[in-house]
Amino acid sequence: MPSAAPHPAVRPRGARRGREIARRWLLSAPALLVILVAAVGPLFVMALYSVMAKGDFGDVRFGTFSSEGWFGVFFQRDIFDDTLTLADAHLTIFWRSVVLSLQTTLAALLLGVPTAYFIATRPARSREIWLFLITIPFWTNLLIRTFAIQEVIRNEGILNGALVGLGIVDRPVQIMFTDTAILIGMVYVYLPLMVLPVYASMEKIDFRLVEAGYDLYAGRLAVLRRIILPLARPGIVAGSILVFIPSLGAYVTPRVLGGGKNMMLGNLIELQFGPGRNWPLGAAISITLMAVVMLALLVYVRNATKGGQHG
Amino acid sequence: MAERTAVEARRITRIFGSGTAAVKALDDVSVEIRANEFFTLLGPSGCGKTTLLRMIAGFEFPDAGEILLDGADIAALPPYRRPVNTVFQNYALFPHLTVRQNIAFGLEMLGRARAKIDARVNEMLRLVRMEELGDRRCDQISGGQQQRVALARALAPEPRVLLLDEPLSALDYKLRKEMQVELKRMQHQTGITFVFVTHDQEEALTMSDRVAVMSRGKILQIGDAREIYEHPVNRFVADFIGESNFLSGTVAAVHDGRAEVRLDDGPVIMAEVPRGLTPTGRVSLVVRPEHGELAPPGGGGLAGTVETVIYSGTDTHHRVRLDGGGLFIVRSQNRRGVAGGRAEGERVAIRVPDGAAQILRD
Ligand SMILES: Nc1ncnc2c1ncn2[C@@H]1O[C@H](COP(=O)(O)OP(=O)(O)OP(=O)(O)O)[C@@H](O)[C@H]1O
Ligand SMILES: [Mg+2]
Repeated sequence: MPSAAPHPAVRPRGARRGREIARRWLLSAPALLVILVAAVGPLFVMALYSVMAKGDFGDVRFGTFSSEGWFGVFFQRDIFDDTLTLADAHLTIFWRSVVLSLQTTLAALLLGVPTAYFIATRPARSREIWLFLITIPFWTNLLIRTFAIQEVIRNEGILNGALVGLGIVDRPVQIMFTDTAILIGMVYVYLPLMVLPVYASMEKIDFRLVEAGYDLYAGRLAVLRRIILPLARPGIVAGSILVFIPSLGAYVTPRVLGGGKNMMLGNLIELQFGPGRNWPLGAAISITLMAVVMLALLVYVRNATKGGQHG
Repeated sequence: MAERTAVEARRITRIFGSGTAAVKALDDVSVEIRANEFFTLLGPSGCGKTTLLRMIAGFEFPDAGEILLDGADIAALPPYRRPVNTVFQNYALFPHLTVRQNIAFGLEMLGRARAKIDARVNEMLRLVRMEELGDRRCDQISGGQQQRVALARALAPEPRVLLLDEPLSALDYKLRKEMQVELKRMQHQTGITFVFVTHDQEEALTMSDRVAVMSRGKILQIGDAREIYEHPVNRFVADFIGESNFLSGTVAAVHDGRAEVRLDDGPVIMAEVPRGLTPTGRVSLVVRPEHGELAPPGGGGLAGTVETVIYSGTDTHHRVRLDGGGLFIVRSQNRRGVAGGRAEGERVAIRVPDGAAQILRD
């Protein structure tokens, strides 16, 4: 049928289409350049370092390929008889990092979601003030904030002072240099990253939906569980990601609060590039960490969005 | 008839704000809504309709007065304990749930058994004619369909009273007409008391068993459509509902519910008197356009000149400028073969038959 054929003017002509594509590339060139230099470049360098032989005083011997770096992530070779054993020190650190990060995320959820809900249900004026208060810590250097936490939890600190003073315990509780110290520190540092996105998605919820819930015989708890939390899901997902990822790679907090013993992955990596003088190993661990994060994200996001569709 | 009262508001007052910014959203409002009736709150924007409805639902509380449901004071009951459901103006469907899940929500909260819930949801889907769309997300259906889901969701728990806050205002004209009929049908079928809010007088008159006309936080008149239209108690009601001609005059005599009034424009007419009023002195009156009659000049009545003639299919509207300066609209039905229309500029007299005029309470 002649009428079914596309109108000639509708079909873009080859040359024009080519120019159109070139223009689009040109427009996105700056962004692509930034991504290339800032993200892909360093990754590429890391990947490259991880497969080189290590230099005697740090650095790597360019051109000399070696699998020692990757090998060292998982195994260790006995210095005397060359027998292989699993690098359980690494695995312990790895495990601790994952567990602590999950705990941090969970604690941030438990504290952050009610906080966000509290702020979102304030009148518009005071909401701004609460948000401002939440963001204040961002203005202070991370190291200083971490030392502040140390002041709170150390044996002679405020917390123990209060506990002993109130007679709840008779000796100060050892918190510093334990995993608990790291956990407290990380929750404190990353909590705003949970509160802000959760607040953002709660604030967008149409309050009339909450009224509709009450109208349909849902009490406060049911409204929270069946309406508010599902609708705040995007914020909860985003917040969890924003807390989990930096927790996994945390460096300052475990260093200050965990002491030398309770390392996390960030500290392990730093060790290889610093005193350990094993750059290929450091690079390999870094890439492993990144792979784990991406895998975890993939699984999490897939589950979270699937859950969203089924309510 | 001994009719049961479903909802009763007793001397409700609600004031928003304070000091000079205070707004009396409801001002000493009393109303009795009967069981199984289609009751409409009608009034212009800001007159307090939503406020009254929200009080019945439990989202708003009176500063003074009380609200009774089936004879019991419900002040202490939170919204989720009141056997009352609402169809919200914007529908407020849960966007994260499907149509079925929305309709099932109230039943689940009441802790009904799964099988019972499923059966009831199916029944509701059938009632609102949405069987095929049960598994759609609520943001994937049209406005009219959303309206029906909202209705089904509110009806599913079989509330004692259904509150509807301008549920049709977002729909286009044709759909609105259709839904008016549907709503009426569902009210009949379910036998649930409907309290319906609208600012559309035509909608109110065609759908309701009784209408309460509100203005500035007060209920001015309660009655069925005919009563409100034919016997408006005051100028506001007369003006708000249908077209009106207002006249003024002086009462000459009153006998058996009728008053003899000498109009300022000359003629003496017999006017209806609202119940409980003994008019004296100067009064204002209302005459509906279809109750005036055009006659040749000179035969008594209100003398004037035809200003414009508008033919609108079934009727013809004559706008007549009275010699006294006022405007009077006469609407006459067009009949085949009868040339009823007058020419513009023609001199006429308008006759007001006995009882066509009604004295207003103001
Ligand atoms: N929460 C509130 N705070 C302050 N004033 C309010 C509040 N709710 C309503 N009002 C005022 O009370 C009056 C009645 O409001 P209401 O919403 O009941 O009107 P309505 O008749 O439903 O109007 P509409 O037809 O526009 O929906 C209005 O003057 C309104 O501004
Ligand atoms: Mg309203």
